[in-house]
Amino acid sequence: MATKSMGDIEKIKKKLNVLIVDDDPLNLIIHEKIIKAIGGISQTANNGEEAVIIHRDGGSSFDLILMDKEMPERDGVSTTKKLREMEVKSMIVGVTSLADNEEERRAFMEAGLNHCLAKPLTKDKIIPLIN
Amino acid sequence: MQRQVALIKQSLFDQGYLDEQFIELEELQDDANPNFVEEVATLYFKDSARLISNIEQALERGSFDFNRLDNYMHQFKGSSTSIGASKVKTECTMFREYCRVGNAEGWQDRRGPRRLHVGPSNTGTDQ
Repeated sequence: MATKSMGDIEKIKKKLNVLIVDDDPLNLIIHEKIIKAIGGISQTANNGEEAVIIHRDGGSSFDLILMDKEMPERDGVSTTKKLREMEVKSMIVGVTSLADNEEERRAFMEAGLNHCLAKPLTKDKIIPLIN
Repeated sequence: MQRQVALIKQSLFDQGYLDEQFIELEELQDDANPNFVEEVATLYFKDSARLISNIEQALERGSFDFNRLDNYMHQFKGSSTSIGASKVKTECTMFREYCRVGNAEGWQDRRGPRRLHVGPSNTGTDQ
């Protein structure tokens, strides 16, 4: 039991590399702080199109992508589909509003998400996913 | 002074203006970012002022562009959710519902003759 707990703690301490995709500057600041608090490092994109460009140009590799759903230029559904077409293997977690209905969430998941979380994001919501 | 601040903060929680998300933000504040909550709150007020100004301008045009108003309310609701501004979030949800069904009267009744205001000197949504 002690060994399993130590393993979990080590996993969290390993530098998680995260891309945060959101058009809300407030969310970007908060989500960056959350990732830092759980021992990760992060990069941000203000919309889906920027996220695609980051992958296309930089050849970046992220452990986790936090993907907002509603964004200008390119929304979360379209971006997720595009990244999966580009064979991006990162865990992509969709971030939705509680107001989104089941159909909208399902469409988002079907675009290629690994998980979907409702706002607001907290450490407690993210940690179980990266374990 | 600190006691006064604590009492005001508790009052905001007791009256439902703030929810547990604000506590989450406080817990993210540390020695590396000792002013994190202040920075977030400042950004929220700035952004809110911009959105409210956009909404007021859209309403003053006379015709209700519900798509545009809904977009503004969506943004406002999103940032209010992130900071824990619970009552503002609830009001935004109500306004979004009015947009969804095209209820212009609902908008006007809810808003009233007063101008909307959110700022550090005013804990409510109305002035």
